[in-house]
Amino acid sequence: MLVNEAQQTVIKTTDLSVYYGEKQALKQIHMDIERNSVTAFIGPSGCGKSTFLRSLNRMNELIPNCRVEGSIQIDGIEVNTDSVPIEGLRKTVGMVFQRANPFFKSIYENIAFAPRFHGMKNKGDLDHLVEQSLRKAALWDEVKDRLHDSALALSGGQQQRLCIARTIATDPAVLLLDEPASALDPISTLKIEELIVELKDEYTIVIVTHNLHQAARISNQTAFFLMGELVEMGNTSNLFTSPQDKRTEDYISGKFG
Amino acid sequence: MKVKAKSLDHIATFLLTTIAVLIIGVLVLMVGYILTKGYDKFTFDFLTSPPNISEAGGGIGPQLFNSFYLLVLTMIIALPLGVGAGIYMAEYAPNNKFTQYIRISIEVLSSLPSIVIGLFGLLVFVTMTGWGYTLLSGALALTVFNLPLLVRITEDALRNVPPSQKEASLALGISKWKTITSVMLPAALPGIITGSILASGRVFGEAAALLFTAGMSSPDLNFNTFDLNGPTSPLNPFRPAETLAVHIWKVNSEGLTPDARDVADGAAAILVLAVLLFNLFARWFGTWIYNKITSGARR
Repeated sequence: MLVNEAQQTVIKTTDLSVYYGEKQALKQIHMDIERNSVTAFIGPSGCGKSTFLRSLNRMNELIPNCRVEGSIQIDGIEVNTDSVPIEGLRKTVGMVFQRANPFFKSIYENIAFAPRFHGMKNKGDLDHLVEQSLRKAALWDEVKDRLHDSALALSGGQQQRLCIARTIATDPAVLLLDEPASALDPISTLKIEELIVELKDEYTIVIVTHNLHQAARISNQTAFFLMGELVEMGNTSNLFTSPQDKRTEDYISGKFG
Repeated sequence: MKVKAKSLDHIATFLLTTIAVLIIGVLVLMVGYILTKGYDKFTFDFLTSPPNISEAGGGIGPQLFNSFYLLVLTMIIALPLGVGAGIYMAEYAPNNKFTQYIRISIEVLSSLPSIVIGLFGLLVFVTMTGWGYTLLSGALALTVFNLPLLVRITEDALRNVPPSQKEASLALGISKWKTITSVMLPAALPGIITGSILASGRVFGEAAALLFTAGMSSPDLNFNTFDLNGPTSPLNPFRPAETLAVHIWKVNSEGLTPDARDVADGAAAILVLAVLLFNLFARWFGTWIYNKITSGARR
C-alpha cells in the first residue's frame, strides 16, 4: 500500500457498525486516527472498544456470524471489502494481543516467520531484520545470545515485547495493541509503555486499555466507548481534565466501570 | 466429621494403589512369562532364517521383516490421508449435516471388527484389483483399519492447539494454509505422534485383517536384492507377506513341526520386544523432531 506522508489521517472509519448475529456491538462509528500518534480506547468491558480494534485488521472475520458494515479507509484505501487481500491488510495493520502468544518456535523464528512468508528469503536480510526488530522492541540485549532458544522460555514481559518485535518485522504502518500490558507486572508494563511512546515516531499506534492512568500517560488522543457508541474523542489531556460529555466525566472519575 | 473424611481418604488411597499395583503386576507377569517362554529362541539364526514347514529349527526372518515393511507401507498410505482428513475436520469442515454424517461414518468405521475389514479387503483389494494376496492389499486393509484413529487424533490434536497461536499467525498476514502447516501442525505434533504410535502397535499386532489380504505365507526372501519386482524381493509390494502376528496364529493352530510350540513362543516374545523397541524409538524420534521444529518449546 502506498503511504502518502502528507496525509495526516491514517485510519478513517465512516458509519462502522458491527453485529454479532442479531446483536449490534458497535453503532455507526465515525473516527479519524492521526499518523504517528498514540490513540487510546477506553471504556468499560463489553463497550465495543476491542471489537472496533479488531475490525481494523478484519480479525472479526474469524468469529462466526459476525458482520462488519460501513467503511474503513487506511491511507485513503477502502479495506472493509473482500477485494482487498487480507494478507496484505494484516501486514500493514499489525496487531499485538492481550496475552503474549509467541509461536512454539525459537526467538529468531518467531520474528523471521512472517517476513519469510511475505517474500524475504535471503538469510542475511532476515538476520538483519531480526536484530533490527528486536532492537526496536528493546529486547535485543536480553536475547542476543540465545536467539535459537525457545521463545516460551522468556518471561511474560519479554514474550510480549517479542510479540511487538514480531509485528514490527512485517513493516506495518499501524500497530493495534489490545490491552498489551494487562497481564504483566508493573515493571514490565512500564517497559511496554516506554516502548509505545518510542515507537510512535515510526508507527501509528492504537491501544485498547482498561488502565486510565496508562491512557493518560502515553496517548495523544483518547476515545471513550460506551455500549457500542463512541461517546467522546479528543486530545487526551483535554478529555481527562474537561470532558464534554457527562458519561465520560462519570467514567473517568470512577463513578462506574 | 473430619476423622471420617480422613479415613475415607485413606481407604480410597489404599484401594486405588492396590488396583494400580494389581494392573502393573499382571502386565509385568504377562510380559515376563512371554519373554521367559520365548527366551530360548533369542538367537541370530531364529531371527534371520525362514520358517521350516516339515522339520524343527525354522526361524521367523521373513515374517519379522514383513511386519516392519507392512508398517512402513501402511503408514505411507494412512498418514497423509488421516492427517489430511483430520485437518479438514478441524479447520475446514462447516458445521452442518454433511459434516455430522462424516463424523458418524468415522465412528462406525472405527468400531468395525477387524475380521470384517479383512473380508472387505479380500473382496476389494485382493479380488477386485486382481492382485491376489499382496503386501499392498494388506497395507490398504490396515489403512482402512487405522484411518478413523488417525483422523480423530489429528483433529483432536489440532483443536487442542491454543487458539491464540492461530490468531497470532493470521494477524501477521499469514495465509490459513501456511498457518496450519507451519504453526498449528508443529504445535499439534506430540498428539499426532502418540496417535501414530498407537496405530503402529495395531499394525504389528493385527492378524485377522491380514489373513485374507497380505496372506498366510511368505516367500523365502532374498535380502541381497533391492529389486521391486522379483517374487523373492523383500521390497516387492506385490508379493504375499505373512506377518509375525499371523505367523504366530498359524503355527499355533496348524503347525506341523515338532517345535511348533517353541516357534510360536519365540515369535510371540520377539513380537512383544519389537513393539516395545519400536515404541521407544518412535517416542525418541518424535521428541527429536518436535524439538527441532519448536526449539524445545514445552507447553
